[in-house]
Amino acid sequence: MPQHIVIVGGGVGGTIVANLLARSLHRLEAEITLIDSTGKHAYMPGWLYLPFNQLSAESDQLIRPERDLLSSHVHLVIGEVQKIDTQNRELHVRQSQGLDEIVGTGGASAAVYPYDYLVLATGARLVPADLPGLVEGEGKWHHFYSAEGSLQLREALHTFEGGRIVITVGGIPYRCPPAPLEFTFLLDEWLRKRGLRDRTEIHYLYPLPRVFPIETVAEVATPLLEERNVQYTIFFNTEAVDTEHKLISSLEGEAILYDLLVLVPPHRGASVIEESGLGDEQGWLPTDRATLEVKEQPYIYALGDATDLPVSKSGSAAHFEAKVVAHRLIAQIHGEEPGNGEATYDGEVMCFLETGQNRATQLVFNYEHPPRPPRPSLYYHMEKQLFNRAYWHIVPQGLV
Amino acid sequence: MPELKEITIDKEIDARGSFCPGPLMELIRGMKALPVGGVLAVLSSDPGSAKDIPAWIQKAKHDYLGAFPEQGYTRFIARKAH
Repeated sequence: MPQHIVIVGGGVGGTIVANLLARSLHRLEAEITLIDSTGKHAYMPGWLYLPFNQLSAESDQLIRPERDLLSSHVHLVIGEVQKIDTQNRELHVRQSQGLDEIVGTGGASAAVYPYDYLVLATGARLVPADLPGLVEGEGKWHHFYSAEGSLQLREALHTFEGGRIVITVGGIPYRCPPAPLEFTFLLDEWLRKRGLRDRTEIHYLYPLPRVFPIETVAEVATPLLEERNVQYTIFFNTEAVDTEHKLISSLEGEAILYDLLVLVPPHRGASVIEESGLGDEQGWLPTDRATLEVKEQPYIYALGDATDLPVSKSGSAAHFEAKVVAHRLIAQIHGEEPGNGEATYDGEVMCFLETGQNRATQLVFNYEHPPRPPRPSLYYHMEKQLFNRAYWHIVPQGLV
Repeated sequence: MPELKEITIDKEIDARGSFCPGPLMELIRGMKALPVGGVLAVLSSDPGSAKDIPAWIQKAKHDYLGAFPEQGYTRFIARKAH
């Protein structure tokens, strides 16, 4: 009898796990099902560039059908997981399409999927309601954390004629910690090209006592902000936004006026994690930092943005974690002890930080070693640009 | 400064080995989620925390209950004041 392995979430982590399992497990050993709510796979790092270029939200550099990225051995279900029943080891899913379509339900139908092993790669969701003022002021503040948000920001920037642009984050943690800095550098460059820089004040606000969580990276980024004439305020934890008066205020008691606000919305774990009682207060899954097992939940693994691990919420972390989860599952299905090296996550993350003007640096670190970013150069910028294109052919497939 | 054994901790976050987003961010996140009056402990192995954590607690006007060294890490404790 094949074991049922169900993966929830078709982002980078879930997709890699599915493909690695499919490559190593025979159909008689395991039936692999991936459930994704949209059936579309987004390359989220691409959203950073959307406000400054002419890609469309539907460009195949940004989004592709999940089916095209999965091994034929993986059964793809497009539907919303509404409940995770850990007692009975089953998932209740509302399918949005499929062969068992029921007349009169708009194509939706309910189904139950049993599992022997479950992988939760449910990611993070944006929750503007967690920061006072954002829901009331919808459309009057901007972000680049979804394709739609990035396109709206592009519109706002293209009609912008000068003033103060404030860039900050609405809560902790948020996906891709370097992104607000990268956006700031790219914005500075874009405004210069359009002849608007001398009429624009860029103000970067950050919750920590430096401009980036890691000191070694802040040491590289701070002089660049100064060189580009970007103002910055540290220890600014956003508490509220008043879009009527264009005022942003902090937990620490400061308030700053703006003409255009770019704010990373507050994040939480997936609704189903909260509703199934598996997450912490923000819906992140309590996860073992080495084995990636969900604590006190045998047979369940978590990876990527969905976890509560103290590593950056990034595709890169999900990528490295996916290999560990797949390795452990393959060993379990084969009835073997997982080997030490590949079966343990050591906090590895590797990412780029775009610094504008066709330069970038690279951050490589793990739980034990902070990054030592090299001097920003054209080389790393080109490597990042290459990765943006190569991603679709090597990463989801688990080839790297 | 109270003794560790005199403090009742409501929530403890293990941020050891965390560089990104780092122990201070874990502390700020924990503070936001905690009810007023709640006591939060954060375990950190990052030497920078000794400076960053008390500085943020003071800036954000919460109550700093102290730093308690353990083997290879420090337990920082604060009470949410507002």
